[in-house]
Amino acid sequence: MSSEKIIEHSEAAARFNKDVERVNWHDETLWFVREKRDRSAHQIADWELLRETASQIKNNVLSNIHDYLIEFEANAQKNGIKVHWAADAKEHNEIVHSIMAKHDVKQMVKSKSMLTEECHLNDYLAEKGIEVIDSDLGEYIVQLRKEPPSHIVLPAIHLKKEDVSETFHEHLGTEKGNIDPQYLTESARLTLRDTFLTRKVALTGVNFAIAETGEIVVCTNEGNADMGAHLADVHIACMGFEKLIPQRKHLGVFLRLLARSATGQPITTFSSHFKKPRDGKEIHIVIVDNGRSTQLGREDFRNSLKCIRCGACMNTCPVYRRSGGHSYHNAVAGPIGAILAPNLDMSKNADLPFASTLCGSCTNVCPVKIDIHDQLYKWRQVLVKEGHTPTSKTIAMNTMAKVLANPTIFNIAGKSGRFVMKNIPGLVNNKMNKWYDQREMPDVPEESFREWYKKNSRESKAKNNE
Amino acid sequence: MSSKADILKKIKQNQPAFVTELPNLNLLGSEQFDILETYKTVLKNIGGDPVEVTNYSDILEYIKTNYAIEKRIITTITELSGIATLDWTNDDPHSLQDVELNIIKAHFGVAENSALWVTDELLGQRISPFIAQYLAIIVHKKDIVATMHQAYERIGNEEYGFATFIAGPSKTADIEQSLVLGAHGARGLIVFLLD
Repeated sequence: MSSEKIIEHSEAAARFNKDVERVNWHDETLWFVREKRDRSAHQIADWELLRETASQIKNNVLSNIHDYLIEFEANAQKNGIKVHWAADAKEHNEIVHSIMAKHDVKQMVKSKSMLTEECHLNDYLAEKGIEVIDSDLGEYIVQLRKEPPSHIVLPAIHLKKEDVSETFHEHLGTEKGNIDPQYLTESARLTLRDTFLTRKVALTGVNFAIAETGEIVVCTNEGNADMGAHLADVHIACMGFEKLIPQRKHLGVFLRLLARSATGQPITTFSSHFKKPRDGKEIHIVIVDNGRSTQLGREDFRNSLKCIRCGACMNTCPVYRRSGGHSYHNAVAGPIGAILAPNLDMSKNADLPFASTLCGSCTNVCPVKIDIHDQLYKWRQVLVKEGHTPTSKTIAMNTMAKVLANPTIFNIAGKSGRFVMKNIPGLVNNKMNKWYDQREMPDVPEESFREWYKKNSRESKAKNNE
Repeated sequence: MSSKADILKKIKQNQPAFVTELPNLNLLGSEQFDILETYKTVLKNIGGDPVEVTNYSDILEYIKTNYAIEKRIITTITELSGIATLDWTNDDPHSLQDVELNIIKAHFGVAENSALWVTDELLGQRISPFIAQYLAIIVHKKDIVATMHQAYERIGNEEYGFATFIAGPSKTADIEQSLVLGAHGARGLIVFLLD
């Protein structure tokens, strides 16, 4: 994917904002989800204690993950599960393919897994002649449209029902112009049911992996992970190593938080615990690093690995809501994506930590208390230091620093600035000036505060009255 | 070096030097509310139907009245053999694709989210609660706990190959946030609350 030209967040956001009505709709739709989250959270008297507890459990996991991984693997193997380890995306994809090849299977049904998006598994398998069908309705829609998901929980949140109707008309032969969500969902149900019934290999993500028991938990509303896994001969579950939690009872904490934070539901419809394969069938778990161990070593950023992928930070983010998930050019969008992505590739993702107002709303809703906006701020400093920000910005910042540090220069700069804005406004009010992009420049004051103060301070007034 | 050894080595080097203690969970789950009423309200809110019954003949009566009993109905409960078949548990799971209604028991329910805990031994086959067009689950009123903390206390170290919490019918809102019941799994869920 490295040859692909990346459109920077600000540019992509500008394009997204051309359709005002649609942006407003996108903004409101996500805010509606955020409000559902609030209503749901406020019904739990112990909500803040739950968040704190979840955060502490995850801190414990990060500080002891080496031992938990060994414990998890041993218990999973005891349960008859095959465990694989992948250092990076490439190895992950190769492992998945090798399991398919061993069983001589050319088709896979997949439920939601952001990790496989991160690893670009679908593209890899397509090259190997393997057909993958994404079975989560949102993912199915974006897959038919050859788009990536724009949200980790709501993959097709950027689309309107008219878009879905057209896509289904083209691919599933639904009635042209029928935009009824019930009808469209039913059509997908019928098509995908046939898929579930005919696939020998099902791949799912993992929400939680329990060290103590060696089992994994997969949460869905649609039941698609279960339809795939229980009808297939082989179930492959892919997870980043940070999905581990110590004990089964800790699920009580995380399952209370996950769906409420994500969509405002009290729990997902299905929270499935896979411990052992069915008789004669196989479960494989692929544990993936792909940069996570590096992130673990970055003290300022390791907390990002506590994420349980609820998407609450996206729904609340004023920038995400008005720029759309695709503008983040990363499998995980929004604030959490913006602190995870630079770890994967600093130069490619240097724009993302700047796609934020640092308002802190993400941090306030995060169910595991990740300091997201602090990390966005810290990433900016790392990226500037390592030379990943545009030269124009660096020059501007350096100039600004010089001007602000020297009273004489500051004075001259202020005077000339006011002169220019008053007499040659075209020099400032043009496309070269980023501040002018979205706003009018202010009226020019007659004098600076310093000049005013000289005239009006108590001392100078006293002098004048003498 | 294998990837496993390599990953574990890097993790050991990079994880924080001191282990953070696990928190105490005993402070959680002390919320006080009417368990049965909460259960019913939450279930209705997420698209399920609670039906209070006193015995199995009530259940039989309800099903005969509300479902097309000429279609395929399966169960794992011997008391319901009059309206449903019991001999499918060793069949190819794909053969359950034409099941209209599946009636199973749950170990217990959870009031705060209306979830029901089911394991292999109650399911007959793992696919059974997902593949049926409609699902009915029976739970004793006395077997409803308040929150997920009590739920996992009750589960403890229980042994199972597969288990799941089921809360309401399968659903999606992936098309413009419009809620549609019956995504891939059951289109409707009846919960029989047994005295």
